[in-house]
Amino acid sequence: MSGVIPILRMGDVLLTTVHVELRDAIADAFQNDVLSAIEKSRATGLIIDISGLDMVDSYVARILAETGRMARLMGTDAVLCGMRPEVSATLVRMGFPMGTVQTALDLDEGLALLRSKNGGTRHE
Amino acid sequence: MSITTRERREMPVECEDDVILVRRAVRAIAEQTGFDTFASAALTTAASELTRNIWVHAKKGVAIIERVENGERTGVRVTFRDEGPGIADVPRVLAGGYSTARSMGLGLSGSKRLVDDFALQSTVGTGTTVEIVKWKSY
Repeated sequence: MSGVIPILRMGDVLLTTVHVELRDAIADAFQNDVLSAIEKSRATGLIIDISGLDMVDSYVARILAETGRMARLMGTDAVLCGMRPEVSATLVRMGFPMGTVQTALDLDEGLALLRSKNGGTRHE
Repeated sequence: MSITTRERREMPVECEDDVILVRRAVRAIAEQTGFDTFASAALTTAASELTRNIWVHAKKGVAIIERVENGERTGVRVTFRDEGPGIADVPRVLAGGYSTARSMGLGLSGSKRLVDDFALQSTVGTGTTVEIVKWKSY
C-alpha cells in the first residue's frame, strides 16, 4: 500500500476521500491501493468521497470512473459521493459520460444506497 | 469591440505539476474577477484540460492568463501555446471522442463547451495555440 490517499474501513464498507490533486503517479497508486484494500477487507461496498474536490477535469473523472469499474469487477459496489454542484454541471456540459458510475448526494446517502443493495453482507 | 488587457501572467508548462499551478492561478483570477462557482469551475476545468494537452502532447509550452475587458464586460482570457507536433485533423479533434492515452478525447471539445470564446490554431510540425475567454455574467 502506498498510502497516498487514506482508505478507512466502516463495517463492510471501505471509505476513501479524494482531496489531493491527482497526478499520474498518484492516480495509479490510488487505484492499486483501493483494489488491494477490497481484497484484504472483503468489503461489499466502496465509497469514494469527492466533496473536497472543487474541480474534476476529464482526467480525474476518468480515474474515478475507472476505479468504480475496477471495484465492480471484483464484485464490490462502488458509489461516488458528494459531487459539488459546479463539478456536476461542468462534467455534463463538457460531455463526460459519467453515467456508468453510481453516485449519491453525500456519505449518508451513499451508505444507505450500498446497504439497500446487498444488505451489507458478502454472500459466501 | 476591442479587448483590453488589465492584468497578465505568463506561466511555463514543462512538467505535470505545472498543470496544477496553472489551474490554481486561473481559479484565483476567476475568483478575483467575481465569477460565480459555476463559471469559475468551468474556466478552471477548461484550463486544466488545455494545460494537460500541452504537457501530454508537446511536453513544453506556456499558458498566458489575462484579466480582460471589452468595454462593457470583464472576463478572463487564457492562451495556451506550444511548439509540439500540432493537430492534423482539427475538426475531428473538436468533434470529441478522439482519444489518446488516458483521456476521453474530451480535452478540446469539452473545453470549447465550457467557455464563451474559443479559438484554435494548429500547424503540424509547428505547434498549437488555443485561446479561451470566459466572460463574467451579470
